[in-house]
Amino acid sequence: MSREDVLVSAAWAEENLTAGGVVFVEVDEDASAYDTGHIPGAVKIDWRNDLQDPVRRDFVDRAGFEKLLSARGIGNDDTVILYGGNNNWFAAYAYWYFKLYGHQAVKLLDGGRKKWELDGRPLSTDAVSREETTYTAQEQDLSLRAFRQEAVDAINTKNLVDVRSPDEFSGKLAAPAHLPQEQAQVKGHIPTAINVPWSKAANEDGTFKSNDELRELYKDAGLDEGKATIAYCRIGERSSHTWFALHELLDYSDVKNYDGSWTEYGSLVGVPVEVGA
Amino acid sequence: MSSCGAPEQGTALPANVDAGKEVVLNGKVTSGETPVGGAYVRLLDASGEFTAEVVSSADGDFRFFAAPGEWTVRALHRSGNGEAKVSAEGPGLHQVAVSVG
Repeated sequence: MSREDVLVSAAWAEENLTAGGVVFVEVDEDASAYDTGHIPGAVKIDWRNDLQDPVRRDFVDRAGFEKLLSARGIGNDDTVILYGGNNNWFAAYAYWYFKLYGHQAVKLLDGGRKKWELDGRPLSTDAVSREETTYTAQEQDLSLRAFRQEAVDAINTKNLVDVRSPDEFSGKLAAPAHLPQEQAQVKGHIPTAINVPWSKAANEDGTFKSNDELRELYKDAGLDEGKATIAYCRIGERSSHTWFALHELLDYSDVKNYDGSWTEYGSLVGVPVEVGA
Repeated sequence: MSSCGAPEQGTALPANVDAGKEVVLNGKVTSGETPVGGAYVRLLDASGEFTAEVVSSADGDFRFFAAPGEWTVRALHRSGNGEAKVSAEGPGLHQVAVSVG
């Protein structure tokens, strides 16, 4: 896939705000950002309330995803442009999630909300309503999703890419530095994982680095291009960002996101854990 | 489950945070005398590596939970960018001011 198939620039987005068959969707963990101003015409998806099962730790099921997209006025033939805060973490997560349920025409707004704001592009607080659709999803494409046993089995056999910050990888911090550090799970990383923080794949303004820069980044960190890859972080959203870089931008074929990530792995009894850089 | 999302920024610590255990970096983004809200504030470690990012509150406030060490706080805003260094020897509140423009 070429870059144009999976990413759109802020300039392209601004020119296509009212284009037919294009739906802008803001995805955030903190949905209040949308309410203070969003890209004109964009609908919102809440990372937790809309995409996670309300009780169990898992995703909404296929019928739930169909209901969500139908209610948001997204049709099977629409091209969905995703963007959000946190350098597009949750938008990248939603991108992966849309692909998981078989929606192929989905793209990320390069740089997300940050680039849009730094460019001084328009934001709107107008309510957005789209006519309800009847959306049909596919069964989850599990070639994109890794579960805990696959993460354990990948030790010494596949590329494991830990995309958290170096201090989380080494066990110095338990969570990103904008969050309190008291956590239930142990600290450290999966043995044989390489540490390539998600932030190395992005420029300061939130846009992705060039394919040449990305390829060199992962190669220098020890990624074996001939092996399958599993990316993980703490809750699976930063690793969606890296999954996007590896699978969508660099076209590596067998790349999975382990959405259970460290909050699951670091709580498992009996699995190996490594600390230190 | 706690999240990786951006919590509300402000000077008052959340009730569940123990400032005796956490290394808290508190600060304000300003342009001249004016607080700058909506700035993207990035925390960089001693080697310049990105560690975390938050958006400053309407009053320009931001907060990080870090570890002891040398840190750089860099703010990006459509009016301009700026950065400041802060040194944290241990747990407690550490103040840092960043000017942009």
